[in-house]
This record gives sequence, structure tokens and C-alpha cells, in this order.
Amino acid sequence: MLQEESDLSLIIAQIVQKLKGSNLYSQLERQAWASLQRPEIKLESLKEDIKEFFKISGWEKKLQNAVYSELSVFPLPSHPAAPPEHLKEPLVYMRKAQGSWEKRILKSLNSMCTELSIPLARKRPVGEQKELLNKWNEMGTDEPDLSLFRPVYAPKDFLEVLINLRNPNYENGDSLSFRTHLGLIQVPLKVKDIPELGALGRSASNKVINKKQNMGPRKQDPNQREGEFPRNDSKEKFQDKGCTTGLKHNNPRLEQEKECFVELGLNIGQLGIDDSTQVPPELFENEHVRIGQKVLAEQDSAAAQQYIRQGSPTALRAELWALILNISSQPEDVLYYEQLKTNVIQHDLLVDSLIYKDVKLTASNDDYYFVFEDYLYQVLLCFSRDTSVLSHFAFNSASPPKSYIRGKLGLEEYAVFYPPNGVIPFHGFSMYVAPLCFLYHEPSKLYQIFREMYVRFFFRLHSISSHPSGIVSLCLLFETLLQTYLPQLFYHLREIGAQPLRISFKWMVRAFSGYLATDQLLLLWDRILGYNSLEILAVLAAAVFAFRAVNLMEVTSLAAAEAVLADLSTLKVMPLLQIFLFATVT
Amino acid sequence: MSRVLVPCHVKGSVALQLQEITFKNYYTAFLSIRVRQYTSAHTPAKWVTCLRDYCLMPDPHSEEGAQEYVSLFKHQMLCDMARISELRLILRQPSPLWLSFTVEELQIYQQGPKSPSVTFPKWLSHPVPCEQPALLREGLPDPSRVSSEVQQMWALTEMIRASHTSARIGRFDVDGCYDLNLLSYT
Repeated sequence: MLQEESDLSLIIAQIVQKLKGSNLYSQLERQAWASLQRPEIKLESLKEDIKEFFKISGWEKKLQNAVYSELSVFPLPSHPAAPPEHLKEPLVYMRKAQGSWEKRILKSLNSMCTELSIPLARKRPVGEQKELLNKWNEMGTDEPDLSLFRPVYAPKDFLEVLINLRNPNYENGDSLSFRTHLGLIQVPLKVKDIPELGALGRSASNKVINKKQNMGPRKQDPNQREGEFPRNDSKEKFQDKGCTTGLKHNNPRLEQEKECFVELGLNIGQLGIDDSTQVPPELFENEHVRIGQKVLAEQDSAAAQQYIRQGSPTALRAELWALILNISSQPEDVLYYEQLKTNVIQHDLLVDSLIYKDVKLTASNDDYYFVFEDYLYQVLLCFSRDTSVLSHFAFNSASPPKSYIRGKLGLEEYAVFYPPNGVIPFHGFSMYVAPLCFLYHEPSKLYQIFREMYVRFFFRLHSISSHPSGIVSLCLLFETLLQTYLPQLFYHLREIGAQPLRISFKWMVRAFSGYLATDQLLLLWDRILGYNSLEILAVLAAAVFAFRAVNLMEVTSLAAAEAVLADLSTLKVMPLLQIFLFATVT
Repeated sequence: MSRVLVPCHVKGSVALQLQEITFKNYYTAFLSIRVRQYTSAHTPAKWVTCLRDYCLMPDPHSEEGAQEYVSLFKHQMLCDMARISELRLILRQPSPLWLSFTVEELQIYQQGPKSPSVTFPKWLSHPVPCEQPALLREGLPDPSRVSSEVQQMWALTEMIRASHTSARIGRFDVDGCYDLNLLSYT
């Protein structure tokens, strides 16, 4: 069809444009030039010979991974008539809500600035620069006076904004009718039901395979080295392995469900369940580890993403995540990190104090993460200076705050973003980084992984958008699942004034970091990477409520409900998810 | 759902050759399009449906597709889109949840005029048959092969020269200065 072809060429053109600015492009160029020396490269068939060379030497695989990474991150190109705001967020009222929320944050930051008489940014004097450089690896020992600083906002403030989100075109009469949502979120976004949550994983992986197959040699060849993308054999193997749905019911909806998070099915091995001490490792664990090593040897991102849906062995996790996120520590990346470090040393930002305060309040008080305090500073301070993060605002409903150089108000040549990466940290932000410290010990690699995780997933947890993985959809999904499958519990909690979302919101905003035990959290984040979606957070939140339903039915106040759900550190994530998705009686 | 059809009439004085219709949806679930074509005789033309219940919102009760930009092309229509005198858009929204529904920023594109034929000079369209080139000495490569290879290499260098990189430099300050006023609200 004409439409699909033109869509495809548009996608290809977009990806090529993006990859042209990357490291990989210059490396491929260099490799191509160097390969001209090789005897098998003949001038008449230059294009084919170089393509063949790339295939054999593994460069094609790297290119494939880069393209796959772009496909996963970037949304499809939108309609040519659509303005750029439409790509950020298609619904106008949500854009407006995000805009006013941002204005509130800016006002809060500005007032903190004027009250404390601290500049937003200042250049550090040379002495201070030297001092910071010496202390770089132990910034945690510093005890600056942060008592006057307060976090710009906390998750509960954000929840209030979401609760008040209204669509002006929606019939929201004052009287209770079938239109009123019983939960806190009142916007009619489309969320999946348990049956469809199943189809999630299957369709996502199929879409990408089809795209890759269709991308044959392109019509206009600006870069002759890109060629066909053959299907990976090992990937086919997993699909055959993980696809047998043993549980058949007469109910076709339940059938579909098994398909979705199919890889989490009851009859399929999972790390987090089938690697416990009672289960002999020959049954599942050994084979799974062996396949994992094979995937790493192949260096195929798509295969790794499929593999990790069943969980990742601890020993392989760091490399698998790096492969899926397409992070390879090149000298250029280390250099880039060092440059960011220099920027931190040269300029002092108000945001730095916010970061310090946040780390001291959250991660330093956590039994699991306090040892990583210094790493957290090293990552978060550099993150604030990283202008490459600005590119994700093209598909983020949020916009980076703007400011002008002192004395040049209104002059566009002196307009800058503040902070340089456009992200203002909130209370609990450092918890996004903390679990990663268990996997990566080298600061520049830890930094790259965090940055990639942020621009793929975490930004959606604190901006107002209609995206299926956005926090609004997650809240609505949570409430809908609870209402549909635990109606008695939902009604009871609502009656006692303990709306379930008030308790689970903080879990979802932090992606459960700091609430679950670390090994369980990493198993959960394995699935986030595997399914390229945050919906599993909402499903887990509902599953936790389902698990503690008996106790919750007996409470009579919000405080008591919070107490029942205060400690999640003993929970095992995978059994909870399996019970909720596959063993709930409907 | 209202039973009164809200007319959305596009009347042209000139016969339209429709190529594409573009619009921004606003909570319309289904779209039908009917056209009336010019007829040679003075018989009143009939309304013909060229698009029937095209789905804009997969779930009329939820926001999916509610504010999307949509393009409809000639090849998606059920009938021939030549010589159109009137166009009628019929919007349907079965869900009672929405206060209003419409389409915005409606744009209709005609088929572009065909490029006028240019007469080429005789020597371009009927090239003189070239003479047989003199046989070169042994040891020299075939000139046609060399020329094709050189052409390929030239094409490669042209492409490399034409490609720009869009990578950022990474500076956030202006000439080394990052002394800021307060954050701006606009």
C-alpha cells in the first residue's frame, strides 16, 4: 500500500538521520575505508563486498542493534500536518495540564532562589574547583547545610495534579453516574485489560521483526554500507520455546491473556521462581543461563530483549542490560563523561543542592543503597549537565525550563536551558539510579545506563501524558484492574476513605525502587526492559493489593491500610505477578 | 447519538479532482464521505458513498485517536473521485461521554496539473550513432569499465560530502558564561 511504503521510508530516513550523528557512523566509515585494503573487496562490486565484510566482521550486528534501539525509543513519525507538540503529546488538555504543572515547579524554584538569595547557577572560584576535584570520589562525606532547601515537589503533590486532570470535552456531571470513574483518575484513557496485557509482549516483538524484515536495501543509498537485516536464528529459537500455552480454558479471553505476558506464564520457567533452592537447577536454571551466554556471545539486542522476559541470571544481568540498551563503553563515552565531570566542577547549580538533599533524604537512609551514596552524586550531578538528554523532549510531554543570561533578558541568543539537561529532580529522583549501582561499578558506564533508562522509561513516570506507559495510564490501569478483579476490596477501601491509588502511587512513580528488596526489584526491571513498557508496574501494584486483600478488608482507615502495605521488602515479585495474571478467578 | 445530520457541505464551482483529504480529528469516532459528481446531462446527480464508517477512534469511549491528524487518499475511496461538485462529511460518535465532536483543520487537495510536455531539441532525442572507438593497445583496461567504476566512486564521494551530521556539541553555556536570571515562564 502506498501509505505503508511512504511510512516505512519516512521511518528509515529518520533513523538514518539519527544514526549519522552517532559514534557508530564514524566507526563504520573508518572500517569501510580500512577494508578497501582487503583482497576480497573488488572495485566493481564495492557495495556488495563491503556489505559482506560487515556481515562477517560483526559490524552489521552492531548496526542492527543501533537500529533496533532507535525503533524502541523513538515513536513512529507522525502525520506531516501534525505540529511538534503533537508528537510530545497528542491531547491538547494534557499538554495544557503539563504546562501549568511545569509553571508551578518553576515558580517554586524561583521563589526558593530569591528567598535563599542563591543564584540558579554560578561559576566556581578556582580554589573551590580544586577542592571539589579532590573530593570527587567522596562527596558523601561533605555535610553542607541543606536545612533551608526543600525538594521542589514530592510524588503526592504530583498525584493531586493528576487527580484534578479533566478533559473539557468529557461529560463530567456533578452527580454520580456511570460516567464517573470510581477511582481517583477521571480521564478516559484506554488501558489494557488482563486479556490484552497478554497480547502486549507478543505484538511488540512481532512488529519489530516485521520492520526489520521489510527493511531491504533502501531506494536512495546515502550510506551504502547498510544492508539487509536477516532474522536472527537464536531469536527464532526463543519464540518457539516460550510459546507453548499449556493452560487452555474454554474462555477465549483468558486464552488471549496467557499470550501477552506469555513469557510469564505458569508453565514457563521464570527466574525469581524456578531458581529457588527447592527447584533443582537442571529443570530450568542451567539451560536458561546457557542460553543467556549464547545471547551475549551473539551480541543481538533484540534476542536479548526477548530472553530477558524470563528474567536474567545475576551474573549476566549487567551485560544483558547494556546490550538491550545498546550501551558499549567506548573511549569516547568515557571522555564524554569526563567532560560532564569538568562541567560539574566549573559551574555550581542550585539543582546540585536539590540533588544532595534528595540523596541524603532517600538513598542514604536506605539499608540497601546507602553504600552507593558517592556514586549517586557522581551520576546525578553529571546528569544535570548533559545536554544530550534534551533530545528526548521531542517525545516527552514536558519541556525543559528556559532562562536567560543575566542582563540579557529576552534576547534569544542568550537563552539557555536550566538545568542543562532540562530535568528538575524531585523528591525520590535519586532512587532511579540507586539499584543500578549494584550492577555497574565504573562511573561512566553506570552513568550511560542510567541516562538511557531515563530517556526510555523513567521520564514517563513524572510527566503528564496519554502514553500507555505514562504515569496517568499506569494509575488508571491499576485502578481498573483492582476494580475489575477485586471489586469488594476496592469498594471497601473507597468506603473507608483509603483510595488505593493514594497508597500505590508512590510505588509506581519510583518504579518500586526502595520498596522492594533489591534482587526482586532487578527481576522486575528485567521485565520492564524485556517488554519495553512500564505497564508491569501497575500490574504488580494490583497484585500486591490482591496478595494482602484479606488484611486490607479488615482495616478501617487510610492509616491502617498504609500500615498493612508499608513493608514490601519480603515480597517475591514473580509469583505475585503470575498469580494475579494467570490464576485469578474471573 | 444525535439523529440530526449536521451538514458539512463543501460545494465547489469547479469540478474537483480529489487527491487527498487531511484533517485533525476531535473526538469523532466514525467518518463517512459522500460525493456528488458532475454529470453531462441535466439529470440531477446522485449522492455516492465513497467512504463508509472509516474508524477514527478504535474505542469510542476512550481517548485513543481522539485528537489525531488523519489523511485520506484517493485510493482508499470506494468510487472515482474525479469531477466532484459536492462533498459531504458525515461524522458519527456513538458514545454519550463526549460533549461535542467534530473535525478541524480540514484541507482538501486536488490532483496536481500534469507537467506540460516539453519538446526536446532533435539532437537530444535522436543522438547521432557514435563511431566505433579505435582499439587500444593491449595492457590498458577497458575504458567503459573504468568509466563505470570512476562514476561509482564519484557518486560515493558526492554522497559523503552531502551528508551533514546533526550531533550536538554539548555546550550549555553561552561563551563560557552560565550566570542566569530567574527561570522564565514563557
